[in-house]
Amino acid sequence: MSVLAVRQLSKAFGGVRAVNDVSFAIGAGEFLAMIGPNGAGKSTCFNMINGQLAPDSGAILLGDRNIAGMAPRAIWRLGVGRTFQVAATFASMTVVENVQMALLSYAGDLYRLWRPAAALHRARALELLAQVGMQDAADRPSRELAYGDVKRVELAIALANEPRLLLMDEPTAGMAPRERNDLIKLVKQLVLERGISVLFTEHSMDVVFSFADRIIVLARGRLIADGNAAAIRENTQVREVYFGTGKTFADGTSQGAAP
Amino acid sequence: MTLDSLLFQAINGLSSASGLFFIAVGLSLIFGVTRIINLAHGSLYMMGTYIAYSFATKIGGVIGFWGGILATAIIVGCIGALIEILLLRRIYRAPELFQLLATFALVLVFNDMTHWIWGSEDLLGPRAPGLAGSVELLGRRLPSYDLFLALAGPVVLLILHFTLKLTRFGRLIRAATQDREMVGALGVNQAVLFTSVFALGAALAGLGGALQVAREPATLATDLIALGDAFVVVVVGGMGSITGAYLAAVIIAEVKALCIGIGVVNLGGISVNFSKFTLVAEFLVMAIVLIVRPYGLLGKPQGAVRSIAEPEEPIRAATPMLKLLAAVVLGLLLFLPVLAQSSPYLMILGIDVLIAVIFATSLHFIMGPGGMHSFGHAAYFGLGAYGAALLVKWLAVPMGFALAAAPLVALAGALLFGWFAVRLSGVYLAMLTLAFAQIVWAAVFQWEGFTGGSNGVIGVWPKPPFNQGWAFFLLTLALATVAVLVLRRVLFAPFGYAMRAGRDSPLRAEAIGIDVKRIHWLAFAIAGCICGVAGGLFAFAKGSISPESIHVGRSIDGLVMVLLGGIQTLTGPIVGASVFALLQDTIMRQTEYWRALLGAVILVLVLAFPSGIVGAFSNLWRRWRGAS
Repeated sequence: MSVLAVRQLSKAFGGVRAVNDVSFAIGAGEFLAMIGPNGAGKSTCFNMINGQLAPDSGAILLGDRNIAGMAPRAIWRLGVGRTFQVAATFASMTVVENVQMALLSYAGDLYRLWRPAAALHRARALELLAQVGMQDAADRPSRELAYGDVKRVELAIALANEPRLLLMDEPTAGMAPRERNDLIKLVKQLVLERGISVLFTEHSMDVVFSFADRIIVLARGRLIADGNAAAIRENTQVREVYFGTGKTFADGTSQGAAP
Repeated sequence: MTLDSLLFQAINGLSSASGLFFIAVGLSLIFGVTRIINLAHGSLYMMGTYIAYSFATKIGGVIGFWGGILATAIIVGCIGALIEILLLRRIYRAPELFQLLATFALVLVFNDMTHWIWGSEDLLGPRAPGLAGSVELLGRRLPSYDLFLALAGPVVLLILHFTLKLTRFGRLIRAATQDREMVGALGVNQAVLFTSVFALGAALAGLGGALQVAREPATLATDLIALGDAFVVVVVGGMGSITGAYLAAVIIAEVKALCIGIGVVNLGGISVNFSKFTLVAEFLVMAIVLIVRPYGLLGKPQGAVRSIAEPEEPIRAATPMLKLLAAVVLGLLLFLPVLAQSSPYLMILGIDVLIAVIFATSLHFIMGPGGMHSFGHAAYFGLGAYGAALLVKWLAVPMGFALAAAPLVALAGALLFGWFAVRLSGVYLAMLTLAFAQIVWAAVFQWEGFTGGSNGVIGVWPKPPFNQGWAFFLLTLALATVAVLVLRRVLFAPFGYAMRAGRDSPLRAEAIGIDVKRIHWLAFAIAGCICGVAGGLFAFAKGSISPESIHVGRSIDGLVMVLLGGIQTLTGPIVGASVFALLQDTIMRQTEYWRALLGAVILVLVLAFPSGIVGAFSNLWRRWRGAS
């Protein structure tokens, strides 16, 4: 059974159909990449799954539960972790406190008014930091970290609620090529160990084609292809969208008034 | 009440609406372009009335009156330009809170300046030459000047509307209101644009004030009243929208006129005097609009709130050094009653300082770690103080009971107001909290039968042994210590961390399951509750409580205390409150012009020590340690 199934998802902004009747599913432990040119509807699709946007129509099934339109924090409680395109931390906290924050939330400790937070879940937070290679920076103010390290801390935070599904919006945006591969390798290793499914968007085709188990392609709000790397590489529609054949323009003019 | 009298009040309302519009539209234009809420706008309006009075009486005649009104608008416009050039240019990049405080400092300075030039007597100008008579309308006599004012508003609205639409200057204002970075990038001279918009807004306020000269006396209380009204109008109408400003001005003025028109009504055997509810009605309109349309009737959502304040250091448990210092201070305070045997005033001073510490620490709790800049913390102080005092007055409860009830009354108020407040952020939150505080103040002021109105509640004296200074001091010390330690403890607990997470990044906090609004709402309630303790103690310490001591000035005092100590440190508010209360009780009481002095202190603080006393010291300490 699939971990996440998206059914006929649609969302329009004014007259623009940003996401139009999109359906796909992610299997257990699958590493699924969502690609497409700028404006294809990736972010909109992503933000509907993580709860930041409510879809106009369609269903988002997590297991057998429809999470469409739920608040981000409710979706998180159901076992969906996420990372952001522009990574950042809670700037007034240390690195380990950032991870502890997520653990406190997960354990339902947020409304405790008396016991100092510093000692709560610290061991588990250090363990998570060790897994992303950041244990040495645990007690540094998180705002001093380099960008690549912020991405790692964010990953540790995303794993704190032991998610079934991890949503990663451009996990390697803003990173150098070497860093990029290291981070994705780390992600892949961590999710394999835990059997977590991952849905990620990505602009770097190197990363997508070398790491994704399966790839879905969006263009102008529609899902145009779904398959493994080899199939996507051969798909003519995908080629058109990415490299252009001139045909898309020909289509456009034939619909227009020009003779 | 007849339909005629209602209609008559409605026309009367339109002439008030023009006055509201003149001041609000300037505030709105300035905010649109510079993103600064000019708290001194009410002062410009007030000075307009005074300057026009001088023209009308010193020169006199048609030229003195009508020419004087025009000259006033130009003079106040020039004052506005000077404010922009000398002060605001230095703080465009500062955090919002500092901009608000800097312009509030001007309110204090201008008030004392006006006092110094024109004295404290109310000054009524002459009748307007040519419009001194009245018009017969619906069997009543309506002054022709009121009719003229009712028309002046729409005329200025049309002129402004076409100026914005058709001229290059107008296009620049509209462009800058939408995206001022872009306007800068396109090569527009921003300095000139900002100065001229500020001058225009100030001139409109001056014109509005000047036009009142034949209608209402010039008084020193006008500045804050006009500012409060303008806030309501701008928030209801929508920031940056001039049509919205006029629409809102009409609504507010009509609601007030309606309240007066309805007058005393018998509701189920109880006679209710609606004309006493004008202030409450005005702020209720605002609260409702903010809930239904958070950006006002014709306003658009503003861009994300900038946070350019330096990110703060992670909080650390108290070092042994700090603990030792705290113990020494506490020890000295316990010893203070012995010293006070020779000078009893020391106890009064000590109690004032400790009450200020509770007040400022509770405000800092939501301002610093919560990131909610409340401009209405006096509300919870007032609820605590009046809660305790009224229990004593009406039910004759013992002091202990009244002191225990004070925080609960404040808690109830904070739960109610906080629920609305946490839905907004930035300047909107500042304005809404201010509006709620004004509601509390207005209710207390206008509900004479229950609260004693402007006289307040008297005879709230503590019972033995606390009627002796030293005993009440020790009680206050005990409660202040508990309050400070409890708030500190909460900040180090998971709840405090969740508060800061919600402030640092609401988006990320929500993404790890934190209900930011709920956390901030409860934080608001906790702060209000603790602030109620300060209010209860205050009522017993002074033996009385009056509306004056819970006015907007107290909210601002709280902000100054927190900033004086440094908003990013946990010990800051304690130091800030102590220094401020000591200054207030000693130096400021010595001079008639303490407002100007306080204003100067705020300006120095904002321009020279943006991180406060404790912040400045810890920066120095860090630099010194870094060097060695």
